[in-house]
Amino acid sequence: MAEWTPTPPRPAPASSVGFSAWARRNLFATPGDVAFTVLGAAFIIWLGNVIIDWAFINASFAGDDRTACLKPVQGACWPFIDAKLGQFIYGRYPEAETWRVNLVFLFGAVGLVPMLVPAAPFKSFNIAFLLGFYPVFTFVMLTGGLFGLAEVETTDWGGLLVTLVVAVTGIAASLPLGIMLALGRRSKLPIIRYFCIGFIEVFRGVPLITVLFMASVMLPLFLPDGVNFDKLMRCLIGVALFSSAYMAEVVRGGLQAIPKGQYEAGAALGLGYWKTTRLIILPQALKLVIPGIVNTFIGLFKDTTLVLIVGLFDLLGIVQFHFTDASWATPETHITGYVFAGAVFWVFCFAMSRYSIFMENRLSTGR
Amino acid sequence: MSEKPIIARWRARVGQRDVLAQVLVALLVIMAVYWLVGNVVSNLERQNVASGFGFFNERAGFGINQTLIDYNEDNSYGRVLVVGLLNTLLVSVLGIAAASFLGFVIGIGRLSQNWLISKLAMVYIEIFRNVPLLLQIMFWYFGVLRNLPVPRQSLDLGELMFLNNRGFVLPAIEAGAGAIWYGLAAIIGITAVFWFKRRARRILVATGTIASVWRPAASIFLLALVMAYLIAGVPFQLDVPVLRGFNFRGGISVIPEFVALLLALSLYTASFIAEIVRAGIEAVDKGQREAAAALGFTRSQSLNLVIVPQALRVIIPPLTSQYLNLTKNSSLAVAIAYPDIVSVFAGTTLTQVGQAVEIILVTMLIYLTLSLLTSLIMNWYNARIALAGGTHG
Repeated sequence: MAEWTPTPPRPAPASSVGFSAWARRNLFATPGDVAFTVLGAAFIIWLGNVIIDWAFINASFAGDDRTACLKPVQGACWPFIDAKLGQFIYGRYPEAETWRVNLVFLFGAVGLVPMLVPAAPFKSFNIAFLLGFYPVFTFVMLTGGLFGLAEVETTDWGGLLVTLVVAVTGIAASLPLGIMLALGRRSKLPIIRYFCIGFIEVFRGVPLITVLFMASVMLPLFLPDGVNFDKLMRCLIGVALFSSAYMAEVVRGGLQAIPKGQYEAGAALGLGYWKTTRLIILPQALKLVIPGIVNTFIGLFKDTTLVLIVGLFDLLGIVQFHFTDASWATPETHITGYVFAGAVFWVFCFAMSRYSIFMENRLSTGR
Repeated sequence: MSEKPIIARWRARVGQRDVLAQVLVALLVIMAVYWLVGNVVSNLERQNVASGFGFFNERAGFGINQTLIDYNEDNSYGRVLVVGLLNTLLVSVLGIAAASFLGFVIGIGRLSQNWLISKLAMVYIEIFRNVPLLLQIMFWYFGVLRNLPVPRQSLDLGELMFLNNRGFVLPAIEAGAGAIWYGLAAIIGITAVFWFKRRARRILVATGTIASVWRPAASIFLLALVMAYLIAGVPFQLDVPVLRGFNFRGGISVIPEFVALLLALSLYTASFIAEIVRAGIEAVDKGQREAAAALGFTRSQSLNLVIVPQALRVIIPPLTSQYLNLTKNSSLAVAIAYPDIVSVFAGTTLTQVGQAVEIILVTMLIYLTLSLLTSLIMNWYNARIALAGGTHG
């Protein structure tokens, strides 16, 4: 029996494949498109030139003080960053002790990376490490005073170290606090509900800077005579309270999306309120709002810069502080410093937002 | 029929437990507040700080470099508060307008068929929303504006506007007595637009034909303008700033703090608004666009009558929270000493008077009120457009 062989399809016409067809479709479809493409390309070439001139061609790369960055046409002053890099990362943390900070960064990375990779094993062990061992380890290592480690005052902390301490503490504190507030806001007990609504709406209605002012000026008044927190601690409290209010609203969105049947199923199984919440509601609700939670984290990370206004030296604060160094005073020092700090913040925030998109895609495949 | 006794007992027990939990929480809160207030009172007594709001009437004694109302050093702290609040409102309102415009343009650009434009919009969004706002404010202020040349070597934009390290100098338009006729012409023009819009809608509902709006309205406005010109001539004068000695005379000077803050707030918020606009337009079902095309709508008709009204409903709620964020973020002015409410009231006034509790509470209260007002206005607008969709036919 003769086998029927289908005629192979003819290749698509040359005008509809390849780069030229793609360009005709996506860049030059209409006269308006042509104009936009030309304008856009001109803009890119102009901006690219400006950036390359500034960052490379006219930039200084080596030098020990401002004289390296005083060419007639001066671009970026990179030696400034090079000379101050230690300060930007550790602040005034004693140089002999910076290995402790490095160790904390290293342990953080070691704990965090397998946590973020969904396929990595030993998740519960990992959580125990991050939430149990790591905070204690960090506290002991950074403040010192135990096990023969020299004590380091928090006023000597600075730079990226302070940014990360504020951000990570804020993130770690705001999630549980936010969950409690969100549950409280949906509680059927009126006193608890109104208390939570009041807390959330007040903290969401005012700018973070007023909360930080309150923490730095009013908190000492609230405490009995003789009791005092240091400045970093006060800022941490302010940031944690502020971001927990935002977190609460994100979590509430997740709670509202859970169908009533899930609560009824919990009740039918004989589970009480806390067990229903912990075993049935929260795992589903939190999974739904992971993008929102990460967005809150990104916002919090960017907001850590505000602590410089109440006198802490986070990354931006310490960069700003070193502009006052007369031996590096050049017209380009400011812009170079801001571009460096901006790039560091950008890398962290962009990475977080990409991770959130990755998780969103991963979690939505099963639905 | 009454409940079974076991269920009734269970209900009673749960009820008792709920009441107990609430009483406990209330007691804890009351005790905490009592303890805190007690501490505050004893701390204030020890530090000899006065309390109450008497300081509102005291002489402030410091100058402010941008005031929308008359103010001098002899005015009271109360007036400082008003000056600061007005400055906050000024930068917020202008920032909201600029950020909305830019955000809509970039959001629509993000959806453009043109690959290059779409990618450019994406790069803009990813850069500006992932860098802290405070850093952007400082970049524009300390990095760019304070680095500009002195007034004598100002950057010159068409001999009319000048940019230097003391700010931005713009020409002012001075209106003479006859300007009232032009005002009248503008009112006639706006009224004509509304009248023709209503007429077009009436005709559309009654007969299904589309009546033109802009052509007749524009002709009426033009006619009114010509009449105003015949009556009053040109009653406007351009007051162009001129360099005298070390600074400019005439025109309107805008302080660099304001320029930097407005620029940073608008560019930052626009990146968020662009994403909201993109998501809103993408949320409109593809079938809606196809239905509009099937009905023979032109591209602009389909946008105006089908896509935008539906997209707006998705866009408005998150847009509201961006407007609120922008208003709250304007408080970062304190970092570059733009005289907003936080800077002059919670900053300078607090340092001089020392009454932290009152001043911080008043500041927070004002922001809460602003937030509430913005929410109310936007909720009203949201309800209006939601209703418009529900009452057709």
